[in-house]
Amino acid sequence: MSAAAPLTEEIQARYEKIKREAEEGGYHLNPDQAFTVNLVRGLLVNEQRYGYPSCPCRISFGKRDEDLDIICPCDYRDPDLDEFNACYCALYVSDAVLKKELSVGSIPERRPPRSERKAALAGSSGRLTDMGLPFPVWRCRVCGYLCARDTPPLVCPVCKATKDRFERFI
Amino acid sequence: MNQMKMEHVPGKARGKITLYALSTCGWCAKTKELLRELGVDHFYVFVDLLPPEELEEAIREVEKFNPAGSFPTLVINEGTRVIVGFREQEIREALG
Repeated sequence: MSAAAPLTEEIQARYEKIKREAEEGGYHLNPDQAFTVNLVRGLLVNEQRYGYPSCPCRISFGKRDEDLDIICPCDYRDPDLDEFNACYCALYVSDAVLKKELSVGSIPERRPPRSERKAALAGSSGRLTDMGLPFPVWRCRVCGYLCARDTPPLVCPVCKATKDRFERFI
Repeated sequence: MNQMKMEHVPGKARGKITLYALSTCGWCAKTKELLRELGVDHFYVFVDLLPPEELEEAIREVEKFNPAGSFPTLVINEGTRVIVGFREQEIREALG
């Protein structure tokens, strides 16, 4: 690795930030703090390596446009929270897990395999027809937030995903 | 064929056991710990730490056993049995 390992203080600071932003958006981090802090360390390692915090539990080739779906929080977090009460890494967990009514485990991979992802990148995205609205509608791929304006916001106000995580919805 | 550098952890012979893992992943760490706890002879590789030229080969190998190409992937006896994810009970039953 080229960069130095992230420092304990950096990891702790990022953990606090992610936790605060999660709670503000109605999400929860895994209450197993040692496990969670280790995942945050992984996010920082990936950020140093690739220039963006890609999922610590998925392999990256360091190409941002191919990894947009796995920049944390990933596109699969919310469906996984709904179905399995945790994201793929178990960094984020459901209310029930936070309240210790349920425990989490390793869950199946929802991200399509490489071959399918490549095909999807090459093809056009399925968009609703132009309805003649005064503004286009943009959808955050992470949390589903919708907004009608000329361009997507720089950062999603709900889940803090960056502008390039938005898709044209209408 | 397989030139990838694997770490060898000596232990009880339970067949050829190979763990494909990521150094940043929580479930991979738990799987690695479990193998250590079980004390079985095994090999592991942190795929994310491989040089770029070996990465592609490693992922193809994982995809051969686990088409999702996800981690951790535990391969027992050249794929006679493949356990994807930290499936503690399954791993204990297979190797205990």
